[in-house]
Amino acid sequence: MSSADRAAFSQEKIVLTIAAAMFVAFSLLLDGFFTAGNIVSLVQNVSILGVLGVGMALTIIGRGIDLSMVANMAISVAWVLFLANGGTPLPLAILCGLAFCLTVGLLNGILIAYLEIPAIFATLAMGTAVYGFGQSMLIEGDVIFVPRTEAWFKAIGGSTIMGIPSPVIWFAAIGAAVAALLGFTRPGRFIFGMGDNPLAARITGVPMRPMMVAQYVASSLIAFAAGVFTATLVDSMNTRVAASTLIYDVILVAVIGGIGLSGGKGGVRNVVVGTLLIGTLLNGMTIMDVPYTVQNIVKSLILLVAIVTDSILNPRDEQTSQQGDI
Amino acid sequence: MSLRKLVITASAALGMVAAAGVANAERPDDGQWGATAESLRGKTVAYVPIAMGFDLTQAWAAALEHSAKEWGFELTIRDPNWDPAAGVQALSQLIDEKPDMIVVQPADPQSYVRLLKKAVDSGIRVVEINMKSLTTTDAYVGADWYGIASQGMDLLHNYCAKGNGQSGKIALISGTPTNPGMIIGMQAINDGLERYKDDLELVANQSADFDPTKAHAIATTILKQHDDLCGFYGVWDGQDVGTAAAIKEAGKTGEVVLVSSGGGRLAAACDNIANDNFTAYLSYDGRGQGRDLAAVVKMLLQDTDGTPASSPFGLYSPVTALTKDNMDGACWTIDDIKANGP
Repeated sequence: MSSADRAAFSQEKIVLTIAAAMFVAFSLLLDGFFTAGNIVSLVQNVSILGVLGVGMALTIIGRGIDLSMVANMAISVAWVLFLANGGTPLPLAILCGLAFCLTVGLLNGILIAYLEIPAIFATLAMGTAVYGFGQSMLIEGDVIFVPRTEAWFKAIGGSTIMGIPSPVIWFAAIGAAVAALLGFTRPGRFIFGMGDNPLAARITGVPMRPMMVAQYVASSLIAFAAGVFTATLVDSMNTRVAASTLIYDVILVAVIGGIGLSGGKGGVRNVVVGTLLIGTLLNGMTIMDVPYTVQNIVKSLILLVAIVTDSILNPRDEQTSQQGDI
Repeated sequence: MSLRKLVITASAALGMVAAAGVANAERPDDGQWGATAESLRGKTVAYVPIAMGFDLTQAWAAALEHSAKEWGFELTIRDPNWDPAAGVQALSQLIDEKPDMIVVQPADPQSYVRLLKKAVDSGIRVVEINMKSLTTTDAYVGADWYGIASQGMDLLHNYCAKGNGQSGKIALISGTPTNPGMIIGMQAINDGLERYKDDLELVANQSADFDPTKAHAIATTILKQHDDLCGFYGVWDGQDVGTAAAIKEAGKTGEVVLVSSGGGRLAAACDNIANDNFTAYLSYDGRGQGRDLAAVVKMLLQDTDGTPASSPFGLYSPVTALTKDNMDGACWTIDDIKANGP
């Protein structure tokens, strides 16, 4: 297959076509789908997922993965709320939560970059450790409510600016920032290099290990931000989410949009495409009142199709299947 | 008197004083207390909730701990942390360890059935708390999920009936479909819809998997689809705050009814009624359940004659519909139960 053919059938384009076709079909067939209000809520409902997807994309492009994102998000933000409810001034509580999630990111990075533990195992273990540690040492109970006095805090995820819900604006802002990082800065190019061919990247002088640490610190920070948006949107943080399938949904939006799991490919645009597909699907299925279990089947079938497509379009060969590949 | 004699006499006298002291410390027996204390002391009770991390399981644990300390029985906690497989493992191990009693909260009706039967057969008393498995053990202590959901439909009917000039349109945002409470509750909801078929119309029936973020997403979509929606029926406070946030976002607080339910912890229940998140809240009172549970445990530990599960009984928790009018003092905190007992 020539590179021109590949471009024509890139997964991003396939998924975008599916999303667009679904959007048109729902608009024609479902009453109340194609209204400004519904489209705003469609995007809003997947914005936080999209933010997490952007963080996940950053690690996947650098040939890693961060499975601890959801646990990190849940525990660090729940701790912020727990401290604030216990009388700690909110800004100080936020700093504590931020320090916690930075530590987790740093530990992930060190385990992966310096101890050379495969990212999938290091972050899987870290996610469980963070949840266990948080639940037994930091907080009590699994649903922690946002302190009711802090209006400015609630406005972060629970307000609208000119009719647009704030999570949508945050998704756009964080997406733009990461896109700029990946596209226009030297560290951004390094991440692509590391993902595409780690050994070649190292030989050309990319500071591999520090860059990898930075990558996981960044995904942790994005997880913290997503946690703050969630908590302020629904007035609480439910740490049970760490044991849910949310982390798979996050991988889903990144991979389905065409970010190859073997690294070095894709960008924020792919996450946006993947997020919009899932958003359209969930919104349409909710309007059609499709039962939950059936929704899960549809969603997982789509993930499977995306992964199969990915492995056909971006086949693994001697050059790409190397150590550290997940 | 030689020194040696003096020492012996003195120590004998001291011994008598000490013995008298013990005799005085032994409290009078009213004919029952002594036997009760005797049969509870040193017994072992194992507690296997779905997960230790949430308000209800912590309230029950606090209540059990309070009784354990008071009567000198031993309480061990095994925390499967939402993982039924870990729960199965904990139960198998407990059956080998042979405690006098297992207090268990099954995650679903099926997973623990074989093990609970095995526990009973091997002479261990088994009490199920708030979730009933398909097998019947010594006792079930907890909510009547059918009754609660049925009462919830009655409440929604009061608020939303077409006969009262409302639209009659209601939406259900349920929890994890395999949860025993959900399975029975769904039947009550369907029966309620049948009962009120002229007055209520279910326009959406979605599951949020006990996740407030999912509940929020579903509720925003439903609110946009059905402009004249009258009310939501939620199934658990921790999830329903997401629905409440969606209602607030749509500017419909006070206009769209939200009936929630749960164990009545202050921050989850009364606080959310006070700030208009919930219109009404069906509380099965986790604190009262803790007291019921501790009582059942103490009763069964004293019944040394019967074989386990030979005369099963149920103790269904009273349910109160809380609103702003009657919520004062109806909610509890874990700290309070820990400090003052259930």
